[in-house]
Amino acid sequence: MSKSSIAFNGTKEQESQLKSFISAHKSDPGPLIMIMQEAQKIYGYLPEEVQRIISKELNIPMEKVYEVATFYAQFNLVPRGQYHISVCLGTACYVKGSGKILEAIEKQLKIKNGECTADRKFSLDSCRCLGACGLAPVMKVNEEVYGKLTPDMVSKILAEFK
Amino acid sequence: MKKTAKKTVAKKTTKKVVAKAKTTKAKATKATTKKVDSKVQNKMLNIKINGIDYKAPVGSTILEACRLANIEIPTLCFLKDLNEIAACRICMVEVKNARSLVAACVYPINEGIEIFTNTKRVVESRKKTIELILSNHRMDCLSCVRSGNCELLALARANGVDDTKYQGAKTPTKIDDSAVHLIRDNSKCVLCRRCIAACSKLQSVGVIGTNNRGFKTIVGSQFDMPLGETSCVHCGQCINVCPVGALYEKSDADKVLDAIRDPEKFVVVQTAPAVRATIAEEFGAPIGTNGEGKMVAALRRIGFDKVFDTDFAADLTIMEEGTELIDRIKSKKAVLPMITSCSPGWIKFIENYYPDLLPHLSTCKSPQQMFGATLKTYYAHKNKIDPKKIVSVSIMPCTAKKFEIHREDQSAAGKGMPDLDYTMTTRELARMIKKLGIDWNSLPEEEFDSPMGTDTGAAVIFGASGGVMEAALRTAAEVLAGKKMKSLDYKEVRGMKGIKEASYTIKKGLTVKVAVASGTANARVLLDAIREGKADYQFIEIMCCPGGCINGGGQPQVSAHIRNTVDFRQKRAEVLYKQDKSMKLRKSHENPDIQKLYKEWFGKPGSEKAHHALHTSYVKRDWT
Repeated sequence: MSKSSIAFNGTKEQESQLKSFISAHKSDPGPLIMIMQEAQKIYGYLPEEVQRIISKELNIPMEKVYEVATFYAQFNLVPRGQYHISVCLGTACYVKGSGKILEAIEKQLKIKNGECTADRKFSLDSCRCLGACGLAPVMKVNEEVYGKLTPDMVSKILAEFK
Repeated sequence: MKKTAKKTVAKKTTKKVVAKAKTTKAKATKATTKKVDSKVQNKMLNIKINGIDYKAPVGSTILEACRLANIEIPTLCFLKDLNEIAACRICMVEVKNARSLVAACVYPINEGIEIFTNTKRVVESRKKTIELILSNHRMDCLSCVRSGNCELLALARANGVDDTKYQGAKTPTKIDDSAVHLIRDNSKCVLCRRCIAACSKLQSVGVIGTNNRGFKTIVGSQFDMPLGETSCVHCGQCINVCPVGALYEKSDADKVLDAIRDPEKFVVVQTAPAVRATIAEEFGAPIGTNGEGKMVAALRRIGFDKVFDTDFAADLTIMEEGTELIDRIKSKKAVLPMITSCSPGWIKFIENYYPDLLPHLSTCKSPQQMFGATLKTYYAHKNKIDPKKIVSVSIMPCTAKKFEIHREDQSAAGKGMPDLDYTMTTRELARMIKKLGIDWNSLPEEEFDSPMGTDTGAAVIFGASGGVMEAALRTAAEVLAGKKMKSLDYKEVRGMKGIKEASYTIKKGLTVKVAVASGTANARVLLDAIREGKADYQFIEIMCCPGGCINGGGQPQVSAHIRNTVDFRQKRAEVLYKQDKSMKLRKSHENPDIQKLYKEWFGKPGSEKAHHALHTSYVKRDWT
């Protein structure tokens, strides 16, 4: 994971919300992950600017924050789009060709797996098993599940959200 | 010092006990075991290693217990008290009734435990682990800078591994050469995390860590920021603890050789006090060998026009810094405590992390820079050499010096004539000596050139933590008291303790309270105290590296095996204290060539001319 190319648009309110959360919890034992979760709740993701706030407020090196952010799958370094797409690359879906589905989405949205479109409308991720192997290959757009996909169905589905 | 002495006694006693245990087995008396370690309530446990009975103190790990019994278990990531994370899985051993192999470095012993260190299962596991590490390691052992002392190579050899057993994808990596002092080549990194532990725990800098997860894990900085853009202090402690060739200094050695080969250039070298205490190690001598004479001879044979000693400038530093201290103590209004400014890693640290405390820092340049400044002004003038033709080179125990020589305000002779042109580490010099076919062992002992090779005992001890303090006290005490002092030994500030404090009554009504810290994690303690207004010292010495320059980031690498069992820093420091003790002149202000330098050039310490050439200013920075 590396820096997101999408400009940070955090507000003063978000910053003060995060800072007051940190000052309330900084003396708790091992507060870092909890603070990072809260920051993600506030901003939707953990860009460099947000990690810097956490580092400065806790007086710990920024690398300590980044280390945790890149270790746990729960933390996003790029923003989530209005519509978040998750393509299942679990065994069943993969065998049924979900790799091709992912490729088709990447091509259509002109972003790579793990990225977000510049207008923040769509973000794309892969996941491991949504528990609907009978419908393989499967993907999710926000909470909506789409099954028995073929690459040429992709543009039609995405059009629903434009 | 006292504490160190006690420790040695304790160690000896432990050995005795184990020796006894071997012969009389269960008969080790309670009276003897009491002395072993009061922390663990004097209790010894009965254990069995490879079928033989031993005793080991409660609280020991399997690794420690085996070491007491002189049974060696190989390790890779383990560094005592620093990196005890059981990451590499090299030290796996078998324990009777345990479900799986256990990591000896962290597994605590219990009464009756039966340990097996060399079963087929253990040996095969160890071999496979090394083979898997090698499968993701770029092996250019023929040209690798660590070929001679690579810990991974040694493990591979000792365990007869097949280095091509597992072929496949390798973690994608890039070489980071953004920092001025080092190169990180993650294609050789074994992810032992020793560098990370050194950076965060010893130095409390923490600009490197493990990014990503699983196969994609690499050592790096946040958002893959190049190291040169972080608040790295350039101390090089990460290089010192790296078991392989993933971290090494950026070298100007070839440029130095080019300058030597250029007949137009007058190439002068200076060597730091701490280099003589360690360089012989690179040629197989035991830790604690003084290599001064052979080092001087080697430098002459390399072809330097003059071989001088940074010690000369260390004496000069004491004159300037001592005068500054005396002035500050006398002035009442001046900022106290004053802190030493010899260590460029430390300077970078305070600039990054405590910029508000910069007024506490002495304005003196480091001895290296004072030397260069004097060389290109006084020496050039006196010997009618155009300073533009002088190439000023230093051999330093330090990687931060590579940063320091490029700092602003470090060219006393004028623009385009930096005080220092190149600096090399102890390791680089050793490599150069080997490369040029100079046989260290048959070198004669030679002496430094005059006049900038003249030194005193006070200068020699600059290389150990507490040395600058002691040297300054030797001079300042005599000036403040107005008479010769009886004792020149300030033993309270010696030794390898992270923070040392002492008070000295110079004369009636004048007591000087001092503190010494080495390793920037320890420095933080003193700096926080200053910030809180709780530090009533007049003078503080801070060295960036733990133990001072004898353990600098440019010094010969000490393998983990030795690090974990020998106090190598103390042994190196003893070289310097021994040399100091044997010298006729032991106070900086008694150095005849320093006296001459002031008479002929600078006037008196702290003069305007001295200020221009020998003092500097600092920059406020931020940290990442």
